[in-house]
Amino acid sequence: MTESVTQAAIPLLELCNLGCERDERLLFSGLDVQLFPGDVVQIGGPNGAGKTTLLRALAGISTDFNGQIRYAGKSLPEATWEFAGDSLYLGHLPGIKKALTPAENLAWYKAQSGAAITINDALSAVGLYGYEDTPCYQLSAGQLRRVALARLHLSRARIWILDEPFTAIDKLGVSQLEALIAHQSAKGGVVILTSHQDLSLPQLRLVNLQDYQPTRNKTKNGISSLSGGDGYHA
Amino acid sequence: MRDNTPAASLLGGFIASFRRDLLIAARHKAELTNPLVFFLIAVTLIPLGVSPEKSVLALLAPGIVWVMALLATLLSLDGLFRSDYDDGSLEQMLISPQSLYFTVMAKVLVHWLVSGLPVTLLAPLLGLMLSLPIEGYLPLLASLALGTASMSLIGAVGAALTVSLRKGGLLLSLIVMPLYIPVLIFGASAVQTAVQGGAIGMQLAVLGAFLALAIVLAPIATLGALRISTNG
Repeated sequence: MTESVTQAAIPLLELCNLGCERDERLLFSGLDVQLFPGDVVQIGGPNGAGKTTLLRALAGISTDFNGQIRYAGKSLPEATWEFAGDSLYLGHLPGIKKALTPAENLAWYKAQSGAAITINDALSAVGLYGYEDTPCYQLSAGQLRRVALARLHLSRARIWILDEPFTAIDKLGVSQLEALIAHQSAKGGVVILTSHQDLSLPQLRLVNLQDYQPTRNKTKNGISSLSGGDGYHA
Repeated sequence: MRDNTPAASLLGGFIASFRRDLLIAARHKAELTNPLVFFLIAVTLIPLGVSPEKSVLALLAPGIVWVMALLATLLSLDGLFRSDYDDGSLEQMLISPQSLYFTVMAKVLVHWLVSGLPVTLLAPLLGLMLSLPIEGYLPLLASLALGTASMSLIGAVGAALTVSLRKGGLLLSLIVMPLYIPVLIFGASAVQTAVQGGAIGMQLAVLGAFLALAIVLAPIATLGALRISTNG
């Protein structure tokens, strides 16, 4: 907390002139965003605009981008190690092993983050109390998503990168997750998320990727958005 | 920023990954037995197909057991990173603050424990079926233990390179097979020489050198390949 106050002048995360392409098609370019402690940014744009591509680049999974990503003033390839310890990425794929129980799944993540909260507490916080020892293949899609979301409670990372975190979550779960994001922001963290839902968070900033699309590709993207691709092909 | 020491967290990460993969392997018993059953059936069919003659079988036994062990390892490779890739765990491994080297080592170690080690332990039984002379059993065990461990490590590189391909099985075999050939040559030769009454120190030393090299280099190549496979 004290750290975030002293570093207020330097953005925790900074995207400088960022551009991504996919299959030789420029998705967006010239993206400049500064994220200070407490910021919540929602990345918008139609299907295929490059939201997932952007988040994967931010998380450090994909290095296929132009421009720079800076973490606490340091350029990312140099600060990868610090950044990995201070960021949490939840993607489309939940990263949950179906053969294991929720508790066994989270044990692996807890070994990485070293958080103080117990796994059972994290599971009850996402409404999965009593499911600790149920194999994950017996859980519903929403419950599986909640197991992944329990990682937010187990993590001490300041930067959360969430790709469509509200998918398959019920109404109560959505409001709980919103509260959790607000709490993270109040603690001095940064949350970057994509969602097609309208969120009711006061500190929310919107970044629409459509504003950074090269104009000549507009019609092409309009067509591709109808085909339903989400810029994500595994 | 993290208050746990790097060394403790490295070991902790290795143990957490090791336990998780061992648990997953234990829950997929059917997949586990696949390479073993293949090994057993293939070796059992040889006397029926070639000749039940003891002298012929004894001559062929070292080579047959080694080739079948190699194929059994190859058969089990494709799934090494497949499920991690499909459910997103691989992405999480890549960006985790743990050293990926140790995560990969843990995965390969579990792979060897559930494929290479059982094959090694089963080999003397199959040697008996092929009337392998008595001098061959210990060399067979020793050479297979060293060889299958190298093969698991080398195979991980191929599995990592092909994990993003839907039908990567054939390509995986083509990538990995040439690298398995030296292991096969020295492994089979160790048993052959022992049966003929020669000293096998050289062959085992070379197999040990392969293993040492593979332990150092293969995980590095594997994690490079994993990054390429998930990039994009």
